[in-house]
Amino acid sequence: MKSEIRWPRNDYSRVPFRLHHDEELYALEMERIFRGPAWSYLCLEAEIPNPGDFRTTWVGDTPVVVSRAKDGTIHAFVNRCSHRGATIVRELRGNAERHVCLYHRWTYSTAGELTGLPFRKGLKGEGGMPEDFEMKSVSPRKMKVGNCAGMLFGTFQPEKAEALEKYLGEFGTGIIKRFLNRPIRVLGYSRQLIAGNWKLYAENLRDTYHASLLHEFFVTYGVDRATQKGGVKMDERHRHNMNHAYAATDTHEDAKAAYADTAARLDRMRLRDSKLLQFKNEFPDGMNLAAPTLFPNALLIQINNTLATRQIRPKGVGGHEVFQTVFGYVDDDEAMTRHRLMSSNLVGPAGFVSMEDGEAIEVVQKATRSAGDASAIVEMGGRGPLRDLAHRVTETPIRGFWSYWAELMGVEPEGAIR
Amino acid sequence: MAEYAMAIDDNRLEDWVELFDEACDYKVVTRENVEQNLPNVLMWCDNKNMLRDRVESYRHVNLYNLHYDRHVLGPLRFTGNDGATWRFDVSYSLFQTELEGASRLFSVGRYRIEALVEAGEARLKAVTVVADTGLVPSLLATPI
Repeated sequence: MKSEIRWPRNDYSRVPFRLHHDEELYALEMERIFRGPAWSYLCLEAEIPNPGDFRTTWVGDTPVVVSRAKDGTIHAFVNRCSHRGATIVRELRGNAERHVCLYHRWTYSTAGELTGLPFRKGLKGEGGMPEDFEMKSVSPRKMKVGNCAGMLFGTFQPEKAEALEKYLGEFGTGIIKRFLNRPIRVLGYSRQLIAGNWKLYAENLRDTYHASLLHEFFVTYGVDRATQKGGVKMDERHRHNMNHAYAATDTHEDAKAAYADTAARLDRMRLRDSKLLQFKNEFPDGMNLAAPTLFPNALLIQINNTLATRQIRPKGVGGHEVFQTVFGYVDDDEAMTRHRLMSSNLVGPAGFVSMEDGEAIEVVQKATRSAGDASAIVEMGGRGPLRDLAHRVTETPIRGFWSYWAELMGVEPEGAIR
Repeated sequence: MAEYAMAIDDNRLEDWVELFDEACDYKVVTRENVEQNLPNVLMWCDNKNMLRDRVESYRHVNLYNLHYDRHVLGPLRFTGNDGATWRFDVSYSLFQTELEGASRLFSVGRYRIEALVEAGEARLKAVTVVADTGLVPSLLATPI
């Protein structure tokens, strides 16, 4: 870092813009958060059901292979050959008995151990590796893998990390089990490359204030309005959060009064074909919108009957990929699958209620590059202690995010709240 | 297809909608999903009213990156016909240009098209955009 971070306040109600632009800070985040003790979301267990199945993914800027070994156990290891650093697994997914680096054919087991290399003993007594070369000692760095109800997480520093259950807390495990309550079927993927720092996306997910303002579609067509019953919940450490709302819990008059000072067109617009707004209640809690976010890189999202996970993949200080995995349940019939896909018009890079996020983040990144020492204001919902709220006119979870970020980075201000 | 591309490029999205039959299907999918037989869609309208809704929403509700579109259509190949219904594939490149003039390649891929040709007039029955560019830059608003 070119200079120390100066937090204007110890409750994170001011966030310096340069935290989204500092290259050194970015490198430090990769080390202290993504290769540190945080648990990062890897993929879903349903994506690697059989022995030998693998997926390649990213943990921060580190390429990772998630693999199910022959004995059924799940492993995650850095996708970089121990020898000269080539990518070992180049496919996005597949099934393999072993993984072979293309460069010099060094071979790795499905558990990520180096198991063989050509000409190890040389040829006709000449060349080869030294006698004392130990393959085991140079296997790629492994992550410890944790499984919560079929959602796979990994950490590079298990010795420093809390147990996954504790890290997620009752809060996180409860939410994951809500989404993954029975066998799922992956319906597909979408990817979006946003020209903004990854933390702007993490903030966006914790900012319930913007939801019904930026995403005018929500309000105009009544999918979600701040006047509906809902709120934000956080875990005890305030690093994870969930924005949620219950369907049909406000009146049209409430909404009209609340949005009188915005541009929302509550009376003018009607969809000619409203089937993409249909909601078939499928959870005991009756929520039609739930967006739990798990520090640092995971999100589960329900908008009506579209269900997905999202993984944030930082791509340099000024960009990130949002990798979305859309799923339904194995016991969905054809009509339900069609309904989920139709309702997925609302989410993803072309989603009626999500497309704006990409634009909002990009215009922040663009305009704050030259912001010097200026800071963002994060006071909606109050200053001071972090707490849950039974409303959504708040940005408090953003402060929660920064408090844990600062703790892991070792840059908390004096007297910092947690 | 020239009118299809130019209507979008000229921001005449309402005219673009008019190229479709009332009973039509418009879908944007990615090659990554298609190759794995996964049904996920980026955008899906299964009748003309849904297309009208998309366009109306863009005009009045959604906010997206301010840009110009430019489609460049590649080789077109007829793949068959069934009475008045003709099927063909066309490759496309779609460039986006920001208001300050910088252009970028936004998407490449292929259209799979079914058109109804009657009385010398063609109406689109089905357009499936299979995008090679699965990694959508910024966001996808105006149609491909």
